[in-house]
Amino acid sequence: MKILLCITIGVLYSAAVYLLFRRSFLKLIVGIILFGHATNLFLLIMGRLTSGLPALLANGGDREAMADPFPQALILTAIVIGFGMQAFAIVLLKKSYADVKTDDLDDINTTDYLSTSNKKFKA
Amino acid sequence: MPDYYLIIIPLLLPMLAATVCILCWQYLKVQRWIYFLATLTNVVMAVQLLLHSNTGEIIAMQSGNWQAPFGITLVADGLSAIMVFMGCLLFFIISFYVKGNINQARLKSGFYPLLLFLQFGVLGSFFTGDLFNLYVWFEVMLMASFVLVALGKDKAQLEGAIKYVTINFVASMLFLAGIAVVYGIAGTTNMADLSTKIHDVDPVLATVASIFFLVSFGIKSALFPLYFWLPASYHTPPIAISALIAGLLTKVGVYALLRVFTLIFTHNVGFTHEILLWISAFTMLSGVLGAIAQSDFRKILSFHIVSQIGYMIMGLALYTPLAIAGAVFYIVHHIIVKTNLFLIAGIVAKIKGSFRLSALGGVYAAFPFVAILFAISAFSLAGIPPLSGFWGKFTLAKAGLESDRFYIVGIALFAGLLTLFSMVKIWTQVFLNKVPEEAPEPNYANQWSFLKHEYAMTIPSCILVLMTLVLSFYPEPLMQLATLTAAQLTNPEHYINAVMGK
Repeated sequence: MKILLCITIGVLYSAAVYLLFRRSFLKLIVGIILFGHATNLFLLIMGRLTSGLPALLANGGDREAMADPFPQALILTAIVIGFGMQAFAIVLLKKSYADVKTDDLDDINTTDYLSTSNKKFKA
Repeated sequence: MPDYYLIIIPLLLPMLAATVCILCWQYLKVQRWIYFLATLTNVVMAVQLLLHSNTGEIIAMQSGNWQAPFGITLVADGLSAIMVFMGCLLFFIISFYVKGNINQARLKSGFYPLLLFLQFGVLGSFFTGDLFNLYVWFEVMLMASFVLVALGKDKAQLEGAIKYVTINFVASMLFLAGIAVVYGIAGTTNMADLSTKIHDVDPVLATVASIFFLVSFGIKSALFPLYFWLPASYHTPPIAISALIAGLLTKVGVYALLRVFTLIFTHNVGFTHEILLWISAFTMLSGVLGAIAQSDFRKILSFHIVSQIGYMIMGLALYTPLAIAGAVFYIVHHIIVKTNLFLIAGIVAKIKGSFRLSALGGVYAAFPFVAILFAISAFSLAGIPPLSGFWGKFTLAKAGLESDRFYIVGIALFAGLLTLFSMVKIWTQVFLNKVPEEAPEPNYANQWSFLKHEYAMTIPSCILVLMTLVLSFYPEPLMQLATLTAAQLTNPEHYINAVMGK
């Protein structure tokens, strides 16, 4: 199981990096989401994998027969935060697609030529 | 027990104020007053905290009264107090600038609550004593800054925001992976607890963990070779927002680096801090060379942020008390000066209607007041004695020479020379040269008509210039505080004892 998870994490990370380097908006979003998933799984596996053990223990229970609740709490927090970030990224990219009228990241270069395009700057 | 209010009030006030601002969504005037009063109160609290930290005492608060390694600890030591003070001050003075710089559409889209949430995240990052909690504060801060960068209907802003959001998301995830590694090897995320436990684990694994933090904080603080997102996004939002994030947000990354590489990862200084030293050299040089190639007021300033971050990291990398004191001094100096330069760029653009160097000119002749404000900040940034940048650079150079790192001192001084060159470029082009013929009509005839209409926009600049002059001619109090902070950072026992309650 551990080996399988390790491979999954590796595949997720490499797929995410590959997608982040592509030029399409949509692939960027999928890349961001996969990157988040890979990190969450990594967090889980670094907290040691246990199978079928509870995270909460009755008073006087066996401390060895217990899953570490701390990484689980961290992952829960990270998932919620990541969800918010991804939602924002999706809206941002959708809005950009509507305004810039391209889904090619290589065309997103207004910022490099600002000097010539900001004549109509208004405060 | 009695001093906890110095942490709780600055932290909770922005959040409460932001919530009230959201409830008063329709009433901009009410929002403005809430923002003004909340940030003013925070400045007062931060001054008290600064005076308290000047005695050398570290306040450690266990939230929910859960004892140290189990609960979330909030700590205020010298470094936190200095950074909190700068954070509170910037958010306060920016309130004068907003009216002339931010248009109604942006104000009505929740500008004030976003600023307050940004302050909430920034101050939380400075106070927290727990790595995972630091991640959460970073996200609070980033979320607010994402929206602020993208706020408005500007095409360039959306494009800048895409780059900013993507790279910061990747950095955050690397930070989280670093936390996972640290928890996996040491079994804790409390920084003080880690500081002792990291010495018991395999040093190779600890070094691997440290690289995660180096890369993720390196992206956030724009170190070489991870800085390319910064000049591509920081200049796109309106100046009031640019100035805040340029002055403060990269410094949060520097703060995190300073904290992590003095408190936790000190097991293999010969490796980690040597990398940092080389990175700082390349950061200084590549940033300033990038600035020389630019022809937009804001882009030049954005590249200079990168270059100046190099000096702060150089202080950290030398890792002697004097060097870290120099780095702390430099952070304060740079926050003041860089914010001011951005604010003045905004004033010039308000007058002339452009940021392009080739479309600007003659500001000195018609607006000598603005020119003086710029000159003091610009030459302080370049490190001309006796201005404040000189004392920062002097301390860093002295520390470098004392640890026999002559090459880094040479690079730092050379980068300073190039900084002077590009500041002189702005100075001659924008302030001394004649107005170019194709330039549009300026919005104001002379400085009196400008001051009559937009005097509020110059208030923050005046305050910051005044602070620069105080730091220039009377650097002693800050230098003492920086030395005290450096002593705390290089001897983490005080910090650990304060947190673990021994």
